[in-house]
Amino acid sequence: MHDEAVVNMADVTVADAAANIRAYLRENMTAFKDVELHDEDNIFERGFFTSLFAMQLLHYVESTFDVEVPDDYIVLRNFSSVRRLADMVADLKSPSGE
Amino acid sequence: MSDVDPSEVIARARSFADTGLAPRAAEFDRDERLPADVVRTMAAEGFLGAAIPARWGGLGLDPLAYGELTEVIGKACASTRALLTVHTSIVAGTLVDLASKRLKEKYLPALARGERIACFALSEENAGSDAAAVTTTYTRKGDTFVLNGRKKWISFAGIADLFLVVASDHGTTSAFIVERDAPGVDTRPMSGFLGNRATHIAEVAFADVEVPAENLVAGVGAGFGFVVNTALLHGRYSIAWAGVALAQAALEEMCSYATRREQFGVKIGTQQLVQKMVADAVTNVAAARELCRRAGRFLAPRTADAAMETNIAKYFSSTIAQRATSDAVQVLGGNGCWSGFPAERLFREAKILEVIEGTSQLQQVMIADFGYKKYARKN
Ligand SMILES: Cc1cc2nc3c(=O)[nH]c(=O)nc-3n(C[C@H](O)[C@H](O)[C@H](O)COP(=O)(O)OP(=O)(O)OC[C@H]3O[C@@H](n4cnc5c(N)ncnc54)[C@H](O)[C@@H]3O)c2cc1C
Repeated sequence: MHDEAVVNMADVTVADAAANIRAYLRENMTAFKDVELHDEDNIFERGFFTSLFAMQLLHYVESTFDVEVPDDYIVLRNFSSVRRLADMVADLKSPSGE
Repeated sequence: MSDVDPSEVIARARSFADTGLAPRAAEFDRDERLPADVVRTMAAEGFLGAAIPARWGGLGLDPLAYGELTEVIGKACASTRALLTVHTSIVAGTLVDLASKRLKEKYLPALARGERIACFALSEENAGSDAAAVTTTYTRKGDTFVLNGRKKWISFAGIADLFLVVASDHGTTSAFIVERDAPGVDTRPMSGFLGNRATHIAEVAFADVEVPAENLVAGVGAGFGFVVNTALLHGRYSIAWAGVALAQAALEEMCSYATRREQFGVKIGTQQLVQKMVADAVTNVAAARELCRRAGRFLAPRTADAAMETNIAKYFSSTIAQRATSDAVQVLGGNGCWSGFPAERLFREAKILEVIEGTSQLQQVMIADFGYKKYARKN
């Protein structure tokens, strides 16, 4: 199970965020999708996850990285791959991000 | 913080349900309309803003208290409860979670006071369970979005002032608040339903309807993954409690009847085969109510597991509501099949819950996937 610990790094690098996100996605992939996940894969288009997962992902990002995702960031595109998620987190974590 | 006392709100709801709703529910069902005075009272009592935070003018009930309110209203009248489901849970709940501050300021206070009624326009002729298949379109035009298309089965569309509409632009799904009096919006009432008959269900057509850009809910492309799922999360939580409400009502009907009705010189409630139906209803109602409370506890701080816990509660409580209401009809025999008693109406209402807000089959698919992930041994 994913623990709810907040990632405490003041400046989360894209690589740190990506590693955490990759692990979380692997744990939560739809059953019977025993495939490799690449950082650029569109996770929703490839059917790795139910659409219900988008909401879970939003909660995960906010609670794990201690950020608030502003409403204009809530677009499926920002949540659609490890890379995009990691970029969004790094953006929200950077001093000018909020 | 709200200084509202939830137990006082629920006591008021119980009083209104007992005197203003339960005695009239059969008439609403027969006439296929919810009288305006019912909507006005629900608004004046603050019930239509029950789950909206106090800062937006609502009562700010937490999910557990709001669930109990839903049960109290739903036990008396399923159509009135449906107003809570679509207006308060689905539309207001989604705006609270996802809308911009500007959009919240624009609509939430009026929704909280019940001055404006809102409904949720997702389904279409060919987009039901496969909600992502919507064909209603939007295109950007300057400071507006232009909507075209047709929605079907929209509860309260007949009387609503606002529609939360889900539309697509070449596969990118977005959601908008559309006002009823916007040029190009047209509603056509639907009738002849099994249950929820007093919910003013209608088709809604959009012909070049211009919507201000600020009425977009969350971002472009948030329509399905975020807005629809948030809306359905709130809707399913409401329907889960609606199942408890109907099953509880059915339980009371069957117990009251079985302790009075005599056949073969004894009360029918002394027959073991009748006792089985009563025992199952007692047990299932208690279990369903606890699953709803459990989902409510996951929802209060909005944990990652809230959606699945809510699916489980919705699936179980709609299933047992169908069972308990069917057994109530059975215990009442001929009277159970006749509109002079509430059992047949409860039975019809319960079936609806297995279809709306994600059918039972779709819940099974999602719950099974959750089961494999959680319970399949990894080694
Ligand atoms: C009283 C009432 C009120 C409603 N109010 C609203 C409203 O306010 N707003 C709104 O947008 N919609 C509303 N609806 C529409 C409702 O949401 C849909 O009816 C519902 O989503 C089911 O879609 P469908 O009717 O197209 O059935 P379908 O999706 O065609 O399903 C038919 C059957 O096939 C099964 N099925 C479909 N796909 C699968 C699958 N992948 N796996 C297994 N089984 C499957 C279903 O479980 C079902 O048994 C309302 C409907 C009713 C009856």
